[in-house]
Amino acid sequence: MSFEALDIHKSFGDTPILKGVSLSVAPGEFVALLGPSGSGKTTLLNIIAGLAHADRGRLVLDGRDITRLPAGKRRFGMVFQSYALFRHMTVAQNVAFGLKVMEGARRPPRERIAARVGELLEMVELPDLADRYPAQLSGGQRQRVAMARALAIDPQLLLMDEPFSALDAQVRQSLRGEVRALQKQAGVGAIMVTHDRAEAWALADRIAVMDHGRIVQFDTPDALRDDPATESVRSLVEGVA
Amino acid sequence: MTALARPQPRILPGFSLSMGITLLFLCLIVLLPLSGLLWQLGQLGPGDYLRVMSSERVLAALRVTITAAAAATAINGVFGLILAWVLTRYRFPGRGLMDALVDLPFALPTAVAGIALVALYDRSGWVGQLLEPLGIQIAYTWWGIVIAMAFTSIPFAVRAIQPAIEELDRDEEQAALTLGATGRQMFFRVLLRPLLPSILTGIGLSFVRSLGEFGAVIFIAGNMPYETEIASLLILIRLDEFDYPAAAAVAGTLLALSLVLLVAINVMQNRLQSYLRSEG
Repeated sequence: MSFEALDIHKSFGDTPILKGVSLSVAPGEFVALLGPSGSGKTTLLNIIAGLAHADRGRLVLDGRDITRLPAGKRRFGMVFQSYALFRHMTVAQNVAFGLKVMEGARRPPRERIAARVGELLEMVELPDLADRYPAQLSGGQRQRVAMARALAIDPQLLLMDEPFSALDAQVRQSLRGEVRALQKQAGVGAIMVTHDRAEAWALADRIAVMDHGRIVQFDTPDALRDDPATESVRSLVEGVA
Repeated sequence: MTALARPQPRILPGFSLSMGITLLFLCLIVLLPLSGLLWQLGQLGPGDYLRVMSSERVLAALRVTITAAAAATAINGVFGLILAWVLTRYRFPGRGLMDALVDLPFALPTAVAGIALVALYDRSGWVGQLLEPLGIQIAYTWWGIVIAMAFTSIPFAVRAIQPAIEELDRDEEQAALTLGATGRQMFFRVLLRPLLPSILTGIGLSFVRSLGEFGAVIFIAGNMPYETEIASLLILIRLDEFDYPAAAAVAGTLLALSLVLLVAINVMQNRLQSYLRSEG
């Protein structure tokens, strides 16, 4: 699935947050939105997810305009910064949610849902915790459940908002690799919002550097290093490479 | 040799003083009147109690009171939830006024509320006039009792549910949205369950309040023995007849019913929130 955001504008009141942002994700590609807080990256992600509406601009998925499509119809898997697991549901129920709420004809039968949930929990290496509640899990485990829940709906695009920021450094390191592996395995394009450049460099095929509501440069990590578009990108790169 | 264990010094000062005041206050304001009631009940043998309680009129009064309270509670459960939702989630002109209005039944003398309701629902009242041609009569019927009870107890439902709505995690709703949940699925699968303990508290308090409501109800109830006579009015009537044991028997029954309900709600609430505990 290829995805494109074209010339997205968004303001809150008189404050412009996004000033004409364009972004593309090739099938299976991992794109990082890198920028300081206030650069508009989370707003952009929410617009892509359908949780906010752009003032201007278009969203295109495989040539189809999805700008006006409601969030639930986009089938984009989203991993929230706080994970946003349903507190009153077990791990298995959380992962199954997206399948259970599918409308009549598309909803898989109960056994198929159970099998799929088992498969996903196997994938995120939590098969024994199916009956736990989120309150009984560690931060890293919650993150994996959030990942499994987002992948359960067989998403057309995976969206992640600072997925590692609530974890301690050690867990963060080990989970990075796992998330990338899961994304590759699912063969789904991904957009990750982060303010951590090391994270962007470690995970992304291409990085969109955002600043003050614009994308300053959108390229591979190597190209960002070899040919930084602005001083700010250069100073950003020097820290990592 | 083991020394007598010395109590550990407390970190937070002021325990004995504040605890003493609390106990004194509880005794004076709550326990003393209750023990008066219990003492009256004590004058009554089990046989007498059964005789009082099995009288047709008492049973009818209890039936009227309990069914009307249940109906009022059901109404308050549904509309209290909607009202709490609107007040918490939306910002609109007049919200502050609406929020204050919810507390009005607390502030208004219940007798005034009763008279106002009669003025509204009586055959010549604004609403009563409209309902009359349809053959619906509210004042001086069971429905009048329900409306009076709902009026006086709606604040309990709303105020119990409001904080729980404020505490809901908006991210969970957004997650449900991205996973494809419809509005109805969101409500029943994601929102309702975390709100359930508070809804339970709200309707529990509302029910218990309705059981004991007196002032608002007696004006609109018609107070026909066996038909629209509520238990607390019957208590008053028995008192007027100097039949204290009978009054105590009915009052004690209402009290016991309320206590059992409140304890049951507490237990259920604990169960309902077990998923928040971190240990397995």
